Amino acid sequence: MIEFKHVSKKYANQITAVDNFNLKIQQGEFVYVIGPSGAGKSTFIKMMYREEKPTLGQIKVNEYELEKIKNSKIPFFRRELGIVFQDFKLLSKLTVFENIAYALQVIEKDPVEIKKRVNHVLKLVKLVSKGAAFPAELSGGEQQRVAIARAIANKPSILIADEPTGNLDPETAEGIMKILEKINIQGTTVVMATHNSHIVNEFRHRVIEIENGHVIRDQDEGSFFQDEASNF
Amino acid sequence: MKLATFKRHLVESFKSLKRNGWMSVAAFSAVTVTLLLVGVLLTILLNVNKIASDVENDVQVRVLINRGTAQQQRNQLKNKLKAETAVKKITFSSKEHELKNVIKSYGKGFKLFGGDGNPLYDVFIVQTKEPKQTVQIARKAKNMKFVYDAKYGGTSAKRLFAIVNSIQRWGMGISLLLLFVAVFLISNTIRITILSRQNEISIMRLVGATNSFIRWPFVLEGAWTGLFGAMLPLIIVDFGYVWTHRVLSQTLASTSYRLLSPGVFLVEIDALLILIGICIGALGATFSMRRFLKI
Repeated sequence: MIEFKHVSKKYANQITAVDNFNLKIQQGEFVYVIGPSGAGKSTFIKMMYREEKPTLGQIKVNEYELEKIKNSKIPFFRRELGIVFQDFKLLSKLTVFENIAYALQVIEKDPVEIKKRVNHVLKLVKLVSKGAAFPAELSGGEQQRVAIARAIANKPSILIADEPTGNLDPETAEGIMKILEKINIQGTTVVMATHNSHIVNEFRHRVIEIENGHVIRDQDEGSFFQDEASNF
Repeated sequence: MKLATFKRHLVESFKSLKRNGWMSVAAFSAVTVTLLLVGVLLTILLNVNKIASDVENDVQVRVLINRGTAQQQRNQLKNKLKAETAVKKITFSSKEHELKNVIKSYGKGFKLFGGDGNPLYDVFIVQTKEPKQTVQIARKAKNMKFVYDAKYGGTSAKRLFAIVNSIQRWGMGISLLLLFVAVFLISNTIRITILSRQNEISIMRLVGATNSFIRWPFVLEGAWTGLFGAMLPLIIVDFGYVWTHRVLSQTLASTSYRLLSPGVFLVEIDALLILIGICIGALGATFSMRRFLKI
């Protein structure tokens, strides 16, 4: 569960990226965060995994109150999340298998369990045959699937995806969406920031639209553009 | 920390040294240069201390006998010296024997002073029971008949101690400065390698690695850098000292002063250089990591 109560974020340069956000995302929901560049989407997403701290208000993610959380507790909080980025953030010198295992090694999982878990998520993202490949040998879509596999390797309760289809062609992007939906069906909350109208319209879920630091729309089964909603 | 995790850190730190190629070489060089200077300084400092303590503990008084003193008069003087309770042993060294010692120490050029041209004195080498008694015996001997002069280690010791003190002060100061420079150099070198691995660190943080987990491979890498960087100075200091010891020992043979013998001393110096290398490497890495671990 994610809850924002009167959350604002003002940067040192006096720009207000997020202004008085009040919203709740229930466990198991799939939520799109949309809006133009510079609207405040990234700040909103970053506050969710405590990369940014709110200037005002309260953020609760699962049992953690993020405005109060001690720095030493942040790593343990993040173990409950999976995070996926537009640029994949894979380690180029590690194989696919090692990239995924890495996420489990850093939280000191047992090596036997790591092997089992990595094979399981590789199956889920349909990359079993690519375990020994290096990221540079994969297509963009395959790299993003590796990034997703890494994000879900630790069975997170929430998956945060920041423009996960941003660098991908429409067909590959659809493939990624199908995987995210599969993960969501298994009970994981998915919060996805995107610019991709086709995806939002094709795979209907709750839409939170942000503009100039304000939530201007929060709609269940929403479409990318507000006026399209009624036509759908 | 789990054993498997520590093993992973060890392997990672080695891999990283290899992966960072020239950066690692730069860090090794920084440690090598610093530790070489520290090693040489330490060797000098410890030997200066040893000789100072030899001088301090020198229980000999050299009683120079007036030229032309007859055998009988010399015996009288010997008996007078023997009568002193602080005296343990008296040995006679003729001026010819003294010259031999000089030639042995300073070279054959002094052979010119042989025969009648010998400017040296016959000497009674008086050993006292305690080092502190040398002053008293030397003073008494000076006032005895047939005595030209009486010398003891203490006179030179005072001068030597002043020199030793300043060598120690400067040596320590320079050593500390060098260590500080090494930590700075290593911090910077490791910082550059860390900069190139920021992506890796940010991923580690995002997947929930604790700061100590992120820090360990870097600290170990720093420690390896220190350890490997200490190897060359260690070899140079060891071989250099063995050679210097052999050469200087011949010069010091005629005196009661000795350099520290290479065996145990070099083991200690080696251990110390390795320890310093590892510590400054690990410290340098810890310092340079701090900025990247702030949330």
